[in-house]
Amino acid sequence: MTGPLRKSVRFWLNDELVELADLPPTRTLLDFLRLNKRLTGSKEGCAEGDCGACTVLVGRLAGDSLVYESVTACIRFVASLDGCHVVSIEHLRGAEGGLHPVQQALVEHHGSQCGFCTPGIVMSLYGLWMANASPDVDDIEEALQGNLCRCTGYSPIVRAAFAASKAGGQGKDVLVAERASVIEKLEALRDGRRVEIWGDEGGIILPADVNDLAEVLAEKPHATIVAGSTDVGLWVTKQMREISPVVFAGHLKQLRMIVEGEDVVSIGAGVTYMDFMPVIERHFPQLAGFWSRIGGQQVRNMGTIGGNIANGSPIGDTPPALIVLGAAITLRKGDKRRFVRLEDYFISYGKQDREPGEFIESISIPYPGEKEHFAVYKVSKRRDEDISALSGAFRLRLGEDNKVAEISVVFGGMAEIPKRAAAVEKVLLGKEWSEANVSAAVAAFKQDYQPLSDVRASAEYRLLASQNLLRRFYLETIGEGSELKRGAA
Amino acid sequence: MKEVTHTSVVHDSAEKHVRGCATYIDDMVEPAGTCHACLGLSQRAHAKIISLDLETVRGAPGVIAVLTHKDIPGRNDISPTGLNDEPVFAESEVQFFGQPMFGVVAKTREQARRAASLAKVVYEDLPKALTIRQAETTGSALVTAPLTLRRGDAKKAMKKAQHRLSGTMEIGGQDHFYLEGQIAFAIPGEDEDVTVYSSTQHPSEVQHMVAQALKVRSNAVTVKVRRMGGGFGGKETQSNLFAVVAAVAAKKLGRAVKIRPDRDDDMAATGKRHDFVVGYEVGFDDGGKISALRGDFAARCGFSADLSGPVTDRALFHADNAYYYPAVELNSHPLRTNTVSNTAFRGFGGPQGVLAAERIIEEIAFALGKDPLEVRKANFYGTTSNNITPYHQEVRDNIIHRIVEELEDSSKYQKRREEIVAFNNSGGIIRRGIALTPVKFGISFTATWYNQAGALVHIYSDGSVHLNHGGTEMGQGLNIKVAQVVADAFGLGLCDIKITATATDKVPNTSATAASSGSDLNGMAALNGAKQIKERLVAFAVEKYGCSAEEVLFESGRVRAGSREFTFADFVREAYLARVQLSAAGFYKTPDIYWDREKGQGRPFFYYAYGAAVSEVFIDTLTGEYMVDRVDILHDVGKSLNPAIDLGQVEGGFVQGMGWLTTEELYWNEEGRLMSHAPSTYKIPLALDVPRVFNVELAQWSTNPERTIRRSKAVGEPPLMLAASVVEALSMAVASVAGYRECPRLASPVTPERVLMAVTRLQGERGQ
Repeated sequence: MTGPLRKSVRFWLNDELVELADLPPTRTLLDFLRLNKRLTGSKEGCAEGDCGACTVLVGRLAGDSLVYESVTACIRFVASLDGCHVVSIEHLRGAEGGLHPVQQALVEHHGSQCGFCTPGIVMSLYGLWMANASPDVDDIEEALQGNLCRCTGYSPIVRAAFAASKAGGQGKDVLVAERASVIEKLEALRDGRRVEIWGDEGGIILPADVNDLAEVLAEKPHATIVAGSTDVGLWVTKQMREISPVVFAGHLKQLRMIVEGEDVVSIGAGVTYMDFMPVIERHFPQLAGFWSRIGGQQVRNMGTIGGNIANGSPIGDTPPALIVLGAAITLRKGDKRRFVRLEDYFISYGKQDREPGEFIESISIPYPGEKEHFAVYKVSKRRDEDISALSGAFRLRLGEDNKVAEISVVFGGMAEIPKRAAAVEKVLLGKEWSEANVSAAVAAFKQDYQPLSDVRASAEYRLLASQNLLRRFYLETIGEGSELKRGAA
Repeated sequence: MKEVTHTSVVHDSAEKHVRGCATYIDDMVEPAGTCHACLGLSQRAHAKIISLDLETVRGAPGVIAVLTHKDIPGRNDISPTGLNDEPVFAESEVQFFGQPMFGVVAKTREQARRAASLAKVVYEDLPKALTIRQAETTGSALVTAPLTLRRGDAKKAMKKAQHRLSGTMEIGGQDHFYLEGQIAFAIPGEDEDVTVYSSTQHPSEVQHMVAQALKVRSNAVTVKVRRMGGGFGGKETQSNLFAVVAAVAAKKLGRAVKIRPDRDDDMAATGKRHDFVVGYEVGFDDGGKISALRGDFAARCGFSADLSGPVTDRALFHADNAYYYPAVELNSHPLRTNTVSNTAFRGFGGPQGVLAAERIIEEIAFALGKDPLEVRKANFYGTTSNNITPYHQEVRDNIIHRIVEELEDSSKYQKRREEIVAFNNSGGIIRRGIALTPVKFGISFTATWYNQAGALVHIYSDGSVHLNHGGTEMGQGLNIKVAQVVADAFGLGLCDIKITATATDKVPNTSATAASSGSDLNGMAALNGAKQIKERLVAFAVEKYGCSAEEVLFESGRVRAGSREFTFADFVREAYLARVQLSAAGFYKTPDIYWDREKGQGRPFFYYAYGAAVSEVFIDTLTGEYMVDRVDILHDVGKSLNPAIDLGQVEGGFVQGMGWLTTEELYWNEEGRLMSHAPSTYKIPLALDVPRVFNVELAQWSTNPERTIRRSKAVGEPPLMLAASVVEALSMAVASVAGYRECPRLASPVTPERVLMAVTRLQGERGQ
């Protein structure tokens, strides 16, 4: 451990410095705002990060710059905000105490009816308005991806977003104008110390750095590690699980490193979906469409790739794609590190190859070869912000003779873990890459998978759709791809 | 001065909404010592309660009290129809998974939630019927008396028909997913008094239920509603439970008690839109004209009646949609099941009727190889003949022909359909579909006595106006519409009118804000109140200033009396000094309606609202995924009180209907547990699901021939049914894989799974 402990969590809330020495580890930001601070503008619609009524912005220092991101306060733990600037709806204002341009546009375009989702919508659009001065309809819809509105049908909200961007005024905005001073304030909070708070309702530990994290976990191997809390948040709000002591890791810079090498990218386990987006654009363009369908924007701002792997979901948003790419993870315990192929990490339902006290430190992901075909598909009931019924990832290398030299097929949602379609691969390997052979191979899906029927899909549908996704992949490789495109009419 | 009625003024709370300072019940300042309640829910669908051990619950941290049915001083019942079939807390038997068995009251909400999970219950399972099919095969009872509508001899006409076909259609339910969940906050008063803040569409019913449970008279209970964060029918009766629990706890403990269930508990414990299985048989000729129709509407009502009687009635009332059936017989089957008791939801059974009507039309079109629109037009009600409904009401205000003609033209339906057919004929993975469907929706409560409303209007001596009425605001813009009407009555601006919370001690015996009736009823009642005061003011002016009544004018915040002119405030001050009563209770009842349920005849509806929509979709035949890419709507709201508000209802209603029919799938497992219990598993539309091209117009030329408030029409429910066009368009896209020769018979919601399964089935039948 480096230096003395700090026994409080400190962050800025709007214009106020908050310092909490008495804080339960599972206290959510939303409850803190509403119950402790009586800031009741942020609403609870679901308590699971899916409706966006509690959306607030969280500003954090990323290197020397200050980044504001939308998050769902209902599943964000207060302790994770150490060193951040929390901006709630109450902080928004326009010139001379009037409405902010985003608020004004929503009023003028009749963007609220019952008004309950509205503060969250305002915050999401505020985040967009700050970050993007001239958004197109795709940007607006994406900014609203994590916000549900049951009254308006969204059209007036989208119109308002355009109007707000037209109104502009970013230069005069409080968060823009006060950027330098906020950076200063947040830097003043950085003391490089480990934070520990222990109380009746459990313990909070914010390690000082990644080595400190290793030390903490070695001491407390059964602690719950929390980075983005997009999963653990629900253990608390829905299952009311006891998770103390909680070790927070989302703030650790070393876990957010991205190193783009010659053939492989290495990322810290705390890299969020949003952090990774530029890497996708450069090295994995085939993943872009899939990536933007993981959660809503708030969830992508919070959720981490390491967390997604560590929690071992059978659906696994990222694992199918990462496994076909040949990703490996570094697991660390104390000073000991070991490397595991991601494919081998998932053992069975709820069981992964991770020992108590061990944590995922980094993930390395090879780029697909230039001559390789790589694709990832997601099938869900609702197109966006929905958990996959199934998702399939494919990587293929063809020989000069158009024969299958290498193929990797992995599905999520088809088994108790993200699982390779070994039988399908076997049928195809060495064969000519042709429609007839692909059609013959789909039968092998039945050997690989015996999916379940549940709330998301029936077993029959899952099997049929997985087979069809192989067909889709084949068609794409021969230049006959097809996809649903918005705005085609 | 320009009137404010018929103009697009913004929602009265819009600025508060965007600032986050509109107060919902959970935002209210709590009195010291406020406690929080949580319900303990059944974990069985149908079982005897052998024992209910609540000792660990009582001993949990923060717990102040535990309530069971024994703690209810009055009746343990919240049945809205007085059937005594819906306990607040289960007594010896649970009848659905999620039924409340007890309540815990603790110092904090979190403590109450944690404690509620600690109950030890021993159940003895009883046979259960979860689905309509199971209820039918096990001969399950009906929850309420069924209805038959009959005109002509359908059996005979069917025999004589040139063509006949029959089928069944499965129509799914829908969760309301109001963003603000259920909530009640009770504050005990002196004697037997209690004030309940309830997120309810029906404050008077909450008042009666609380009084009944507390065994006090209604005058001891006051219920207040400033606004709801959405209702959609889900707070018409479903708020009773929470209000009663909060009030009983508050009176027992002498403390303020709030109950706000977690979203998962809200979805498990409260009713939803009814799912239906509709059996139909239709006789028709070569031109697609229907000669006979028979329909059986079986509904999953859940364990109790709730509003299932009027809901299933309304399904029958709308099984004709806009079509004339020369001979018809329709039967409802409100089935009892071991599921949560289904309830009101925007459209109130009407949407299920409309959807069945459109399926039947589509069946005929596929059978004859016609464009379904041609069949639709062949069967529209006439304007002077062929205009008697299955319930023997004459349709006198039919404008569907003009609506459809204009929409067909503005949407370029014919040209686009040709292009789409050509596109589909070229084969390919992506297929397209287009459909135009009409809506005709009957306006009035079919429970005739509900068609009344009250209002309370005060003018204070400074000229400011206090407006109150029996309707509730759930986002639909009722308050602003009523305020517009009252502002114009006094020649004032909206800033002079204070909109106030609905309260049972201001306007008694209110009807639910439901059946799209809010502005029709309350607008009229408020106008009546304003007129009473105005008459007194005019009489005062005539007497004091010696002018004629015609010479007294209220305009632009001023009052003219002959040659004299005053500000409204000065004039009112004069009237006050002259002891003129400046307060009035307004009242309204809808004229000319009656309904004889036994005979199945009458004029249940004052008038009809009309509309039509064209939807265009793309489907992916490999996965069944789809997109709704363009929608054009022309909708009739009469002479709109507020076009912007009405447009919002049309757009929002359509999207909500689209959700119902596409991605919103309710899923119960074999134990009867609802597995789609939160937004993670229950998928309402997102911004990304709304068509990029979404042209929505109000029929500017329409005016209500009946004397409604400023000749407007109701708008809350009818647009929801425009979404039937999405189902029909999906059906066309699916049917394209088999040359449009077979009706795909899509069950709703039409999930990607259902699309793919239908595509695969149709391809298989074609031998592909």
